[in-house]
Amino acid sequence: MAVKQQRQKMRRPCIDPGDGVLQGLAILSALGLLLLVFLIGLQIWRAAGPSLTRFGWSFIFSRTWDPVAGVFGALPYIYGTLITTLLGLILAAPLSLGAAIFLAELAPRPLRTVLGFLVDMLAAIPSIVYGLWGNFVLAPWLLRFLEPWLGQHFGWLPLFQGPMYGTGILAAAIILAIMISPLVTAISREVLALVPTGQREALQALGATPWEVVRVAVLPSARTGIIGAFTLGLGKALGETMAVTLVIGNRPEISWSLFAPAHTMTSVIINEFAEAITSLHVAALIHIALLLFLVTLLVNILARLLIYRMERGGKDGMMHEL
Amino acid sequence: MAGIQVEALHAWYGRDLILKQVDLVFPGKAITAVIGPSGCGKSTLLRCLNRMHELVPGARVAGRVVLNETDIYHYGVNPVEIRRRVGMVFQNPNIFPTMTIFQNVGVGLALAGRQRYRHRQLETRVVKSLQQVGLWEEVKDRLHRTATGLSAGQLQRLCIARTLAVEPEVLLMDEPCSALDPIAAIRIEELMRELKASYTIILVTHNMQQAARVADFTAFISRGELIEYGSTPEVFLRPRDLRTERYITGTGG
Ligand SMILES: Nc1ncnc2c1ncn2[C@@H]1O[C@H](COP(=O)(O)OP(=O)(O)O)[C@@H](O)[C@H]1O
Ligand SMILES: [Mg+2]
Repeated sequence: MAVKQQRQKMRRPCIDPGDGVLQGLAILSALGLLLLVFLIGLQIWRAAGPSLTRFGWSFIFSRTWDPVAGVFGALPYIYGTLITTLLGLILAAPLSLGAAIFLAELAPRPLRTVLGFLVDMLAAIPSIVYGLWGNFVLAPWLLRFLEPWLGQHFGWLPLFQGPMYGTGILAAAIILAIMISPLVTAISREVLALVPTGQREALQALGATPWEVVRVAVLPSARTGIIGAFTLGLGKALGETMAVTLVIGNRPEISWSLFAPAHTMTSVIINEFAEAITSLHVAALIHIALLLFLVTLLVNILARLLIYRMERGGKDGMMHEL
Repeated sequence: MAGIQVEALHAWYGRDLILKQVDLVFPGKAITAVIGPSGCGKSTLLRCLNRMHELVPGARVAGRVVLNETDIYHYGVNPVEIRRRVGMVFQNPNIFPTMTIFQNVGVGLALAGRQRYRHRQLETRVVKSLQQVGLWEEVKDRLHRTATGLSAGQLQRLCIARTLAVEPEVLLMDEPCSALDPIAAIRIEELMRELKASYTIILVTHNMQQAARVADFTAFISRGELIEYGSTPEVFLRPRDLRTERYITGTGG
């Protein structure tokens, strides 16, 4: 302890004045960023004012959305956004994790490079392209093959009942999964590659198979980063607009069936904003934007908390055998 | 005398020939030091003895390594099995940071393909390994917490315990004391002396005094070739090769 203090004292005179400047700049830009987020939030809040005062909390729980009568409730849109995001994430999780593990740990070198490049390219395709593909290729395929098949074999679940359209919650979830998987895969792969060689070698030297090395040595070290990757994917899915609008059917309904069309917070904004005539309608749309902003913030905070708890918890590794 | 015989061993990284025609016997129940300048291939030699070398893409081995009558490079020999019989301790104490001390020591026993341990057995083995490395008293109250807070020397002994827990026949130690302070290093040396009663130990070290203190035999490698091999006093006091003498006396490799 004493030695440490002494060392710090000895170092102080040597600090470069540039260090102070750099530190100041860093703090300033961090604060600036926070301020920016705050200002955006404030602006949306103010623009949503008329809707906020008129509907208050009931906006979140009401299902009626009637621009002519001037009554607005956002529940179907909130539901649509949450259900498609959740499903998309569930579909994307095994796919991206598997792909990342394969690319980082198991694939032979040359294959890694080629496949890694392809994944990065997938991540760079504009969302409208996915949307059009979803609309013209995926949705008809769902209607002809997957949805009848699901209905036939799993029709006893409410999830797979009701009329089929091709476009709908299922299509949107699949499109979202396809869109976020490359991103999540790319980041997870980087995170896995960052796990020190020493960790791998320690386990290899104990006679572990390649899969055991991944499961016991690599994944536990990388889990925080992987959760971070999924958080980014989640954010992307929550905010995704164009592709979803093109495949979800755009009907503000709440249904158990995944075949049913739905609407999301982003898709209603983009569909109605240009045609919104009354100021209350505009305010209601901005109100939805405010909710989306809050939901995104909340989800990110929750993910942070999860990571924080895992880092502190530390000991509950993936080794249940022990 | 069980141990490891190395016959005409060659090792490559890609196109680079790193080890050339190494013929050497590591006697059982003794400590053999491997010394030589940086980059001469000491680590590569060790990694050939437990088939870790081939894990590097493009790495290749030729020659024979015989462990207790098994040619470990013979067709059909499972490298994973060899790595269980030949344990390895690395320069940096590479414990698993997300695991508890108990899990760190027991991890090798929990791997697939081994007999399933009932909890009592597992516990017995973990405790025995920790006692072997003299760490039991120091960690017995915190077995189920992570290893954060242990000193570098304690962590290295934890790594040795982890290796011993799977009951290997051979212990490969690649500069195990390089990251430690002198007192911790001495403790590891004492530990090696105790362990040699039951294991074949091969120690790579940069520290000539350490080699002289603990090793029964010493091999000197330079540029991938075995230059000299003999009992430690012989190699240190009456080296036959000029290159050995220069390296040991510090007047250039
Ligand atoms: N993973 C690797 N890929 C390619 N070359 C390597 C690798 N590891 C070591 N080498 C090379 O092999 C030679 C011997 O390395 P090493 O056995 O680690 O030496 P030492 O342990 O004696 O210092 C060095 O020239 C080094 O550059
Ligand atoms: Mg080395």
